[in-house]
Amino acid sequence: MAFTTKPDSAYGSAPADPAPPPLAPVELGRWAWRQLTSMRTALLLLFLLALGAIPGSVVPQHNVDSVRTSRWQDQHPHLTPIYQKLGLFDVYHSVWFVAIYLLLLVSLVGCIVPRLGVYLRGVRARPPAPPRNLGRLPVHRKLLVPSAADGVAVLARAEEELRRRRFRVVRHDGAVSAERGYLREAGNLLFHLAVLVVLAGVAAGNLFGYQGGVLVVTGGGFTNTLTQYDDFRPGSLFRESSLAPFSFTVHDFDVTFIRAGRETGMAHKFSADVSYRTSRDAPARQARISVNHPLTIDGTDVYLISHGYAPHITVRDGQGHVIASGPTPFLPEDDTFRSFGVVKAPDGLTRAGKPEQIGLEGEFYPTYAFTKETGPFSAFPDDKNPAISMLAWSGDLGLGAGGQSVYALDKKGLKPIKDKGKALRIDLALGKTQVLPNGMGSVTFDGVSRYVKLQVSRSPGDWVALLGVCLALLGLLGSLFIRPRRIWVRARSTEDGRNLVEVAGLDRASGGNLAGELDQVVAAVRPEEEKT
Amino acid sequence: VSHDQFEVLSNQAVAACAVVYFLAVLAHLWQWALLRRVAPAEVGARADELVAVGGAPVPTPPATSSGGTAPTGENAERAELFGRIGVALTAVAVAVHGIAVVARGLAADPVRVPWGNMYEFTLTATFVVGVGYLLLYKRFSLDWLSPVVPSFVLITLMVDVLLLYTPVVPLRDALQSPWLVIHVVAAIIATGAFTIGGMASVLYLVKERWPHTREGGYLARLPGLEALDRLAYRTQAFAFPVWTFAALIAGPIWAQHAWGRYWNWDPKEVWAFITWVVYAAYLHARATAGWKGRAAAIVALIGLATLWFNFVGINFFFGSGSQHSYA
Repeated sequence: MAFTTKPDSAYGSAPADPAPPPLAPVELGRWAWRQLTSMRTALLLLFLLALGAIPGSVVPQHNVDSVRTSRWQDQHPHLTPIYQKLGLFDVYHSVWFVAIYLLLLVSLVGCIVPRLGVYLRGVRARPPAPPRNLGRLPVHRKLLVPSAADGVAVLARAEEELRRRRFRVVRHDGAVSAERGYLREAGNLLFHLAVLVVLAGVAAGNLFGYQGGVLVVTGGGFTNTLTQYDDFRPGSLFRESSLAPFSFTVHDFDVTFIRAGRETGMAHKFSADVSYRTSRDAPARQARISVNHPLTIDGTDVYLISHGYAPHITVRDGQGHVIASGPTPFLPEDDTFRSFGVVKAPDGLTRAGKPEQIGLEGEFYPTYAFTKETGPFSAFPDDKNPAISMLAWSGDLGLGAGGQSVYALDKKGLKPIKDKGKALRIDLALGKTQVLPNGMGSVTFDGVSRYVKLQVSRSPGDWVALLGVCLALLGLLGSLFIRPRRIWVRARSTEDGRNLVEVAGLDRASGGNLAGELDQVVAAVRPEEEKT
Repeated sequence: VSHDQFEVLSNQAVAACAVVYFLAVLAHLWQWALLRRVAPAEVGARADELVAVGGAPVPTPPATSSGGTAPTGENAERAELFGRIGVALTAVAVAVHGIAVVARGLAADPVRVPWGNMYEFTLTATFVVGVGYLLLYKRFSLDWLSPVVPSFVLITLMVDVLLLYTPVVPLRDALQSPWLVIHVVAAIIATGAFTIGGMASVLYLVKERWPHTREGGYLARLPGLEALDRLAYRTQAFAFPVWTFAALIAGPIWAQHAWGRYWNWDPKEVWAFITWVVYAAYLHARATAGWKGRAAAIVALIGLATLWFNFVGINFFFGSGSQHSYA
């Protein structure tokens, strides 16, 4: 797979007769190889690659947005198993997609390697001798000079002129051959080789890199060890020892919400102030992370992905002992930062001598508002009038089983706490406390912190990939815009003793027009007396 | 002038330039209608000349011959007059279009580049198509493209205003980066050039399908197949590296800064990749026996379709699922 303007033969082209030869293994293998490395196959594979990429934009992809993917799978119970078999939730790692691009790679290598040899021989070759009939070439000019000596002088001037034009020039007996534009094929080869470099870089990133997400409440910290991550996606050759031993603390998070005009409520100017250490004993350094400005620590990048609120909710038992407290991250549900979360108070409460756990589930409103029609809602994303509205449950939180989400209540062992027959709703403004019925205790809404969601990632091959794609672009420019061309000049004596000088050109790239250049060359070699 | 007033100015300029584009289309339609009545003899002479140009040995470039010698006679003169009027109107429309683009940028607070969303992107991309056409008009003698470009720009602008219009809003944080200028300018230039190349490819296919049309008609006055193919190739060969830079270099670098992953298989990225692969196939096809000409032109048009689907379709069909949902 390579584009040049040469005829098909340059690429181990598909033979005119496409039928496979009789089944001799070597012949068959050779035939198959020729088919695979032919331009037609490469074209077909390119189309397959384009087609194969489409499903990945239609079906949600597991490694792009796993939440959306699970939601889609829940909504389509019948399609899901079929899609799963076809690998449609992870198209770009599925067997068939990988097969397409590996075949394309083989095809590319199979076509590039022979061409490299041809090119290396060709690049040192002298420009070929002029063809017998220069008049048959697409562009040609004729010039009559009075004598053979003039013809020789014209050839000398032509040689000089063509060298000045940076042609490679060879003087024959009575003729000059010149060629330039050798770098077109070099650019073409460079482009195709650079594709391999890009893939190597991408592969290195995928194999040795990792990507993790972590949610940090302001004031909290993070140490780069596996246990600290909320989610972690390592490459298949990732080793835990390659985690850089840094740590950081998030001191503050700033966000500005636009207060007036059409775009009211839009957030901008996010930034988190952090201090970090490259290792446990290293001195602390200050830094600011914002969108488009990640923090890089020892080759690991820390990105600010999103933010949210972590209300401080304190649960006390009947005796006034604190059984749950501190900031609890709630997940934003819409642009107004109406957020959903749960609070789990695993111990402390008793009822009828039996230990009982308590769970709260509900919403946080940064700017609480209420109408009869909508119920409670958040009027603005900033925390101007924070409030919580939660339902309380009691019983067994099911924490023993392990691996439970901190953002959901497992309601199997829980019963709603009721007050006068109605499910108890805890609606609290900032600083307020609500007493639970039957002496079960109380819930207090103490304060609000913000949290940031950070992505920590290392992709070791990205510089290689970038270098590769830049080389590819360079090669592409060469292969598209360098025009390989040959110019021949020949002087021949005519019957009347004069000399006929023929100048002809061959543009070996498609669509070029040599006429202008040829005219300039003719003007330069024309004898002095004719110029006036 | 306040930001709000600039927004009003931009909207009015869009409406004004649409009217002028429409007048330009009318002028060119009138021009081509008149040309149909030009005596066949003159047309015959002209057609012969074009054939001669198609064959290589004529030393003069095709530019002068397809645009220079005009048919004589009253209709021919009037046709030429209307052609000039059409081009002049297109130039005026492009200038007003430019005002709309600039005012759109000045309308934001703080002032910014006018491509923060689809509406603005399309506004600017169509502007680039218009400018590209005017710049290449002389060099490639694009008079035969004159009814196509203003019509295309007019229709695209109408779709833009009807379906994609968004009031001016400040840029999101993710868009506040120098890469917005680099990445999007490259994408817009590539889109404009691919679009012009696609027009040549469409006309190539039409002319290839109906080679013997009424003499004096529009198709008969198109340049030869070879010249159409060459124009299509040149514009697309120019656009391809620019697109490579926009989608595969500037985009990933920015994505690495903003989202922490240089390639995330976001729907927009997927379709940018598809476009790239299809145009790569086009360049290969042009150099492959059996694919030259017709098949290559079809491949180029598939590429153009994926390109425009990416810019418009993705936002309608995958809006919430794409990190590019603003653009």
